[in-house]
Amino acid sequence: MYLDHIAATPLHPKALEAMLPYLKENFGNPQSLHSAGQEALSAVEEAREKVASLVNASESEIIFTSSGSESNNFVLKGMALALRDKGKHMVLSAIEHQSILQSAKSLEKLGFQFSSVPVDKYGLVNPEDVKRAITKETVLVSVMLANSEVGTIEPVAEIAKVCHSTNVLFHTDAVAAVGNIPVDIKQLGVDALSLAGDQFYGPKGSAALFLKKGTRLFPFIDGGIQEGGRRAGTENVAGIVGLGKAAEMAKIELENRIQKIKPLRDRLIERFPQKVERLFLTGHPGKRLPHHASFVVEFIEGEGMLLNLDMKGIAVSSGSACTSRALKASHVLLAMGFDHALAQGSIVFSLIEEITPEDIEYLLEVFPPIIERLRKMSPLYTKYLEEKKK
Amino acid sequence: MIYSEKVMEHFQNPRNVGVIPDADGVGEVGNPVCGDMMTFYIKVKDNQLVDIKFQTFGCGAAIAVSSMVSEMAMGKTLEEAEQITNKSVAEKLGGLPKNKLHCSNLGADALHKAIEDYRQKQSAAQKEKAKETTEAAASEEGCCCPYCEGPLEDLESYCTKCQVELEECPECGKLTNKHEEKCAHCGAEIAKQ
Repeated sequence: MYLDHIAATPLHPKALEAMLPYLKENFGNPQSLHSAGQEALSAVEEAREKVASLVNASESEIIFTSSGSESNNFVLKGMALALRDKGKHMVLSAIEHQSILQSAKSLEKLGFQFSSVPVDKYGLVNPEDVKRAITKETVLVSVMLANSEVGTIEPVAEIAKVCHSTNVLFHTDAVAAVGNIPVDIKQLGVDALSLAGDQFYGPKGSAALFLKKGTRLFPFIDGGIQEGGRRAGTENVAGIVGLGKAAEMAKIELENRIQKIKPLRDRLIERFPQKVERLFLTGHPGKRLPHHASFVVEFIEGEGMLLNLDMKGIAVSSGSACTSRALKASHVLLAMGFDHALAQGSIVFSLIEEITPEDIEYLLEVFPPIIERLRKMSPLYTKYLEEKKK
Repeated sequence: MIYSEKVMEHFQNPRNVGVIPDADGVGEVGNPVCGDMMTFYIKVKDNQLVDIKFQTFGCGAAIAVSSMVSEMAMGKTLEEAEQITNKSVAEKLGGLPKNKLHCSNLGADALHKAIEDYRQKQSAAQKEKAKETTEAAASEEGCCCPYCEGPLEDLESYCTKCQVELEECPECGKLTNKHEEKCAHCGAEIAKQ
């Protein structure tokens, strides 16, 4: 049972089908003038249209990239360089993805400055805080549309308004959101937006950056004329075609997917806190991704839960320090005010379309005994029980 | 799987999990901030570890490490157990992922702390015993202040050390504060003149 949508989704069979010819006979380079090349080019441009349509953009506003992380790097570094004569200050939220936070760190070394906007206990950014953080030097604000670790959906349209009232550009990292909730760049009023195919049944290595017409951006890869000269290199044709097909299917199937997955997700959010004491929902209860249920389980650590669930055939994520390569507690949970010990008990269930009600019942059945077993091993739980007796 | 078979085996079936309420020594290492916490409990008889129990808050590696340490140390003498190193535990487990070598591999440290705790308790107990013997001897002679345990020169009247006036309780016969309403030993009310 796969419950790790936020890590990767399976490839949509139609996306695979669309990709196959471009891995086999249609191997032409889109920049070649012969028929083989032109065939590949039209496939890429068709995909561009489909991706644009998914977020209500025009195709000339879509730049293909290799990942959500690349899109995020691209927009931060590209705008910092393009707008450096205007100002060298940017505003970010405290819970951004590492590809935003680390890009900012690199840019700081080059003399750019960043302000971090806090979040509340649900992980929500207050647009007023963004307003206060903007200075005369500010050129860009970047706040994610949805957080993959806690599922919270940010008030991005309001933040965009704040930015535009002060003539500052606004980017949103929508990697966790696009293809999973309706996303319309015009309604949101964003100038740039990152999205990635592997978050909505497209292939890995295939992502995009929406950039509003007329917005300046320094090239990320210099070379040929691909992607308007801003990202050179022979196109990942099969990947782009797969991304396009996944975008097309998301547009068609999105409402049905949400209707199917959300009640199952709701059952997890309702039942787990009833079944297990000292287990808490993380993120906003209402304003959250429809496939996303995240919790912290007190007194135990996430990796133990993850490994035990894996042995039961259930794949999940955790934001605990032990499960991260850097062995650091989740910056998202800490920013939301969780203490280190509680943040260690992070566990994230993110549903994919294939999940059935039977799967959910099985999970509800096997997870509580796993928690109990790990708690019996935990010195923190023993202390808690002793305190309770008093 | 990120772990060796041996690690997974210990993680799934950890040996010696639990608490020893009347442990002879307790050792605690780590804290939740760094992600791992281990508590070891030991029972010692004739310089031998006759029982070991542990509790661990932490990842799979931390739990497997604790389990392995408890298994390696069981039945060993204290000196032998002190020879167990974090490194030897990791080796016995068929290796640990590089990034887990430091933070999760604290089992031997926790065990050594428990042994240290036992030794400290032992020497404290010996001192206590020595003290008890002298006190016992002193009380037989009836020349000890019940409050500060200092020697009394002038029997049953005044302790120069803690400056309390004393008198004999009419109920139990022991020395108690003259100005208190109840005897410090038997609780009997002392009639004031």
